[in-house]
Amino acid sequence: MARQIFAYILHKNGKADDTALELAAAAGKIDADAAVTAIVTGTGGDLEAVCTEVATAYTQVWKLDSAELAYPNAEAVRKALVGVIPAGSIVLVSHEHLGMDLAPGLAIKLDTAYLPDAVDIAGLEGDLLKAVRQEYTGQVSTHVTCDISSGAVITVRPGGFAPEASAKGGQVVDKSGELGDLSSGRKFMEVVQAEAGDVDITQSEILVAVGRGIEDQDNLEIIDELAETMGGDVACSRPIVDAKWLDKSRQVGTSGLSVKPKVYLALGISGSFQHVGGIKGNPFIVAVNKNAKAPIFQIADVGVVADILEFVPELTEKIGEMKG
Amino acid sequence: MEILVCVKRVPDTSENEIEVNSDGSDIERDDLVYSVNEWDNYAVEEAIQIRDKVGGCVTVVTIGDEEDEEVLRRQMAMGADQGLLLSDEAFMGSDGRGIASILKAAVEKGKYDLILTGAQADDGAGQVGGMLAAMLDLPYASLVNAIEVMDGGRIKVGREIAGGNQEMNEMTLPCVLSIQTGINEPRYVGIRGIRKVASVEIPVMGAADLGISADSVGEAGAKVKRLDYFVPVLGEGAEMLEGSTDEIIEKLVEILKSKGGIK
Ligand SMILES: Cc1cc2nc3c(=O)[nH]c(=O)nc-3n(C[C@H](O)[C@H](O)[C@H](O)COP(=O)(O)OP(=O)(O)OC[C@H]3O[C@@H](n4cnc5c(N)ncnc54)[C@H](O)[C@@H]3O)c2cc1C
Ligand SMILES: Nc1ncnc2c1ncn2[C@@H]1O[C@H](COP(=O)(O)O)[C@@H](O)[C@H]1O
Repeated sequence: MARQIFAYILHKNGKADDTALELAAAAGKIDADAAVTAIVTGTGGDLEAVCTEVATAYTQVWKLDSAELAYPNAEAVRKALVGVIPAGSIVLVSHEHLGMDLAPGLAIKLDTAYLPDAVDIAGLEGDLLKAVRQEYTGQVSTHVTCDISSGAVITVRPGGFAPEASAKGGQVVDKSGELGDLSSGRKFMEVVQAEAGDVDITQSEILVAVGRGIEDQDNLEIIDELAETMGGDVACSRPIVDAKWLDKSRQVGTSGLSVKPKVYLALGISGSFQHVGGIKGNPFIVAVNKNAKAPIFQIADVGVVADILEFVPELTEKIGEMKG
Repeated sequence: MEILVCVKRVPDTSENEIEVNSDGSDIERDDLVYSVNEWDNYAVEEAIQIRDKVGGCVTVVTIGDEEDEEVLRRQMAMGADQGLLLSDEAFMGSDGRGIASILKAAVEKGKYDLILTGAQADDGAGQVGGMLAAMLDLPYASLVNAIEVMDGGRIKVGREIAGGNQEMNEMTLPCVLSIQTGINEPRYVGIRGIRKVASVEIPVMGAADLGISADSVGEAGAKVKRLDYFVPVLGEGAEMLEGSTDEIIEKLVEILKSKGGIK
């Protein structure tokens, strides 16, 4: 029998997330012959719209409609999926905030293997799936094997698989009748929106972004000075916000803001996918890092291996001189 | 409140450049500086703060060997009340599910109201907390960035979601939470604090003590196995500017000007 692959679709405001197509691409890489079914949970017209949308990329779409799934509470979604997914299946979930909440427990409840954050698929031999992962925030990669003989839940790195345009013209099947009790000891209350900051970095054309390489709060001064001299704004990676050195509204990344400047300076930033995921619109990226092997150099346009504590003041001075 | 915090000793990426060894079988481990996983440090701080508010006891647990014991001592110096080392030959080479099932056995030996893990550790998996919760059939939330203890065995839990927004949940105790960085400001642990707990006895439990069969964990029980390490090559990579600092800066200023990077 052909292998069954399921893709759990993220969506918002009646639109499927970009990762919906990426999961289809990942499924094709795992097993080009497999039957691939999209599963969409939610309720009402939004759910309906998403099902119709993803049917273009999947041969089949399972719709799970329940008021309890209106907001994707991972505990309820997991119960819903466990109720409908047959044993031995492969389930693909995007490795982001909901996926990380949902997927590990899903693997336990479906009694399958769990392969987290696959960035690529390297092949399938019998029941051994070979995949590529990253460790140490992307500093090294690994090949791993995953025994999928009794199925697998696999989370897929957002942006890791290039979506293919396809016209599958899939069928939407309403599976809502198979839903059992979805209640759990975790009740969703509300979403608290992020507060706006003093500067809106999503509108900045020039961003001078600083990371953990700055070492000390007092050193931030040199970043302020460079940004001011260049006529840009200061942004940062997450550890700077965690340390409360800068406001959350300055954080670039998947749990911060998406920015679309013309020029992006990454100073003492290693280049984790969660950070880089917030840099949109293909800006010109300059990276300065003391580690020549830092992953940021793989995505930057121009790189300098240097200590930012020495390099940045000199750069500021030179630009200052030039501007006169 | 009885709180268990799962901690792992990992290479400190802010102190080391992680490199692949010559045959790709491991990372270069000579001269590596280790510390407690960053996420776990936030989890222990949170546990200590909760205990100080509502009373109770914080236990830190790790699966590892004698060397890993040092992170337990460090977290005890920080303020955890007791440590527990889970150590056995049979545990070596466990995958995430193996680690979670060992922790499950340890949890069942005690009586905990709250079990904390880090959101992820050095291999970026983010799996152990969610698996542990599912194995224990307890409510779970990941990427937790706020906890408030309420009356009646309930807690209010904030989760980080995309765009800097926060998802608020009410959960019943006992439950499992995976802690995200930034939830608090972990206190500093000085060498003197560590000396104070240097001679505290830390109990060790093995597979037999926990009632775990050796073939269900470790290499034998692992469905996910690492084959090798390699250095990724993504795209063309940056044009690296070389020369003296003056030359580099001159080139960079030219480039920035041409790209609209100087207003
Ligand atoms: C669910 C989740 C969401 C996340 N969301 C985000 C997000 O939105 N944004 C985000 O940024 N991160 C996010 N992260 C964290 C992310 O995984 C990384 O931990 C983080 O991006 C690392 O920040 P960094 O590059 O500043 O620090 P590090 O990875 O520690 O890198 C510091 C870099 O500075 C270099 N360096 C050190 N000293 C110097 C010096 N003197 N001169 C020059 N270079 C130096 C080092 O070589 C290193 O490359 C998230 C993580 C999770 C689990
Ligand atoms: N060997 C271990 N011993 C104790 N806890 C661990 C161990 N490995 C992982 N954990 C816990 O699981 C969390 C997530 O790790 P991971 O799923 O490996 O990314 C860590 O932050 C720890 O809290």
